[in-house]
This record gives sequence, structure tokens and C-alpha cells, in this order.
Amino acid sequence: MIEFHLETRSGVPTYLQLVQQVRQAVRLGILHPGDQLPTVKEVVEKLTINPNTVLRAYRELDLEGLAEGRRGVGTFIASAQPPVPPNDVKTLRSSLQRWIDRARTAGLDDENMAALFADTLRPPTISRVA
Amino acid sequence: MNESPALEATALGKRYGSNWALRDCTLTIPAGSVTALVGPNGAGKTTLLQLAVGLIEPASGAISVLGHDPRAEPLAVLPRVGFVAQDHPLPRRFTIGETLRLGRELNPSWDDAVAERRIDELGLSRRQRVGTLSGGQQAQVALTLALAKRPELLLLDEPVASLDPLARREFLTGVLRAVTETGITVVLSSHIVADLERICDRLIILANGRTQLVGSIEELLAGHRLLTGPRTDAAAVARVHTVIRESHTERQTTLLVRANGHVYDACWELHEVDLEEIVLAYLGMTSAAARVEAPAAVAR
Repeated sequence: MIEFHLETRSGVPTYLQLVQQVRQAVRLGILHPGDQLPTVKEVVEKLTINPNTVLRAYRELDLEGLAEGRRGVGTFIASAQPPVPPNDVKTLRSSLQRWIDRARTAGLDDENMAALFADTLRPPTISRVA
Repeated sequence: MNESPALEATALGKRYGSNWALRDCTLTIPAGSVTALVGPNGAGKTTLLQLAVGLIEPASGAISVLGHDPRAEPLAVLPRVGFVAQDHPLPRRFTIGETLRLGRELNPSWDDAVAERRIDELGLSRRQRVGTLSGGQQAQVALTLALAKRPELLLLDEPVASLDPLARREFLTGVLRAVTETGITVVLSSHIVADLERICDRLIILANGRTQLVGSIEELLAGHRLLTGPRTDAAAVARVHTVIRESHTERQTTLLVRANGHVYDACWELHEVDLEEIVLAYLGMTSAAARVEAPAAVAR
């Protein structure tokens, strides 16, 4: 079992913080396939957060294939984690390197590139105003 | 989310004399959501909540609560709504036992089991007088009365304003536990923005009787960014994004923008903004507007 924590002033949405902590715990071997995640009720009481947020995080993990919800039982770490084939990492890295070279030629420094990457990674949203 | 909205306001307005406490308010609160109603004192938060339970009558527009007009059909609305008024007024000389009995007598849908369980969990004795309880305990008893009605919609007017941080956390946990267990819709007004990001999934900013912003908190966080860069005119950014707040020093310009799509630009450094900063920016926008309008009003 893991214990979630929240950074309230990080600007990272609460549900995403939960998702990141599960990903991290799996990566570090703290959570294994078949391990149960805290129930929605437990997380709500521990962190005083909206249950919809916990559900949203668990749904996201389910979509990613990292966890699976079992109706009426709870949410568990999925049995098989699809590893990225090493080959892919190699080709991805070399195309990323080509991109970095081009970006540097265009005058972007490391911070510019990181910001551009982060901004592109995030889906554009348009908020509604009354 | 399920079925029809829990609350719907259309061009809703309330006027006291020549002063509009709430004006042209159009918003929807989805069933099952936890919505924060934020704004400075006098922004219209209490007015909106009082309109929702039919305590006052709209001067214009309409409000529908759980599908009904609270003034025209109070019996279709009031038994299904829990309301905790500001400062949670309770008869101070009643014991907790007597207070629960009052709730039981007044509410046909009263659920004793819910009330008893909550009082036990709070570690309170039925013989204690309400007047001897701490502020946090009184708030919890008021919440117990509201929840034991088994309402579909819970309205809380500044429920935690007067509570210390621990009591505030315990009260809000009680509310969220009810949300987890029953899927109840919650609207809570507050002028304290801390906590809201974790408690609520939607936000309504009210200022000067008008809605400034309505949306899901997740979208609001994702949609707003702080840009810093060398001193420049904001016009170029404003053509693409909405500039909520801008400030300049001799050398530097800082913009808080609502993004329409990707915002990356090599001229600007990008920062995330938290909810408090977003709320303050929108409130600051209205007070700046008010300052600009005020002299003109005097001139007339």
C-alpha cells in the first residue's frame, strides 16, 4: 500500500499528482502487480480531497493500463506492465537528438527547449468564462 | 455525472434598493459536483445561496434547483436540500439530543442512523449543550442536521470561515465523506481560497454581484499561465490569448493569461499558476475596472 501526499502550491492538478505518485511507485518497485491502491474513501479521509478527483486519477491509471478497477473490490496495479522495447528508446532518442540540434541552431537554449516540450506535451485547453 | 443539473440560474438578479447584490447571473452546477463559490465579502455569494433555497425572491431571471423553482414549489425543493447558513446558527441552550430531536420533528426525510453515527464519530455526548461546544463542534452539529435530512444538494455558506485550520479540515472531511458515500452535490461559498483546490472540482468567482469565471478547476489550472519576459506591449499576446492581469517594470513584463491553445513563445518564460493566483487575478481585474468606473459615476 502507498500513501499519497499533496503539494498544494505546485500548480499541478491534484488528480495528476496522484497519477504521478502511482507511476513513480511502480517505477521504483514500491508497488507490484496485484497490489491494491488505497480505496477512494481512504484517500478522501487522509488528504481531505474530493472523491471525484481520486476517481479521475484511478480512471486515468486504468486507461494507461497501469492499474485496473475491480468493481466493488478496489483498484489494483495491473499484472503486466508493457515495457518500452529498448529499440524504440534508441530510435526515439536519435530523432529527439536531431530535433535538439535543429532547435539549438534556431537559437533555443535548454530552458527554451524544455518549456516548448512541456507546453506541447500538455493538451491545449480553453476555459469557459461566464 | 448524472442526469440534469442540480442548480441552474438564468440571468438571475437580486436588487436591494438601487444596489444589485447579484446581477445577470447565468450558471449551471452539475449533479455530483463539489462547487466553490468564491469572492470577497459582499460579492453576492450569500444572495445566490439564499435564492437557491427560496429565502429571497429574484428581482430578475430564474433559478431552478433540482429541476424546480424554489419559491413556486418549495415542497419539491426544500426537503431535498441541506442548508448550513453562515455562522451555523443553532439554539444555544438546547442539548445535542434536543437539537437532533428538533431535526427529526422538522424533517420528514430525517435519518436517525446518519445523525447518531456522526455524533458518535465526533465523540460528542447527547447531553452537552450546544452553547458549550467549540466553534468547530457547533459547525459539525449544524452539518449533522443538514446531512441527516439525506439531501441531494448541500449548500454551505462560509462554513469554515470562523474555524481554526484543524477544525476546518475535520469539517471538510465530513462533507467529503458524505460526497463519497452518497454522491451528494455540494456548493460551498468561501472567501478563503486555500483548501478549495483539493476540495472542489468546480469554481465560480463572483465579484460585485457578477460572475467573473465559471469552470472546472482542472481546466482553469491547465488553461492559465504566467508569462514573464522583457518589457513589451501585451497587445501581441492579447490577440491570441486573454490577458487577465498585466504588470510592468522598466525592464520586465509579467502577464497572467488564459490560454487559447499552446502558449510557448521563445520571448516568454512560462510558469504554472495555482488556483489562488488565478482567483486573485480575476478579482483584481474587477476591482481595477471598478476603480476606473468610479470617478465617471461621481462626475455624473
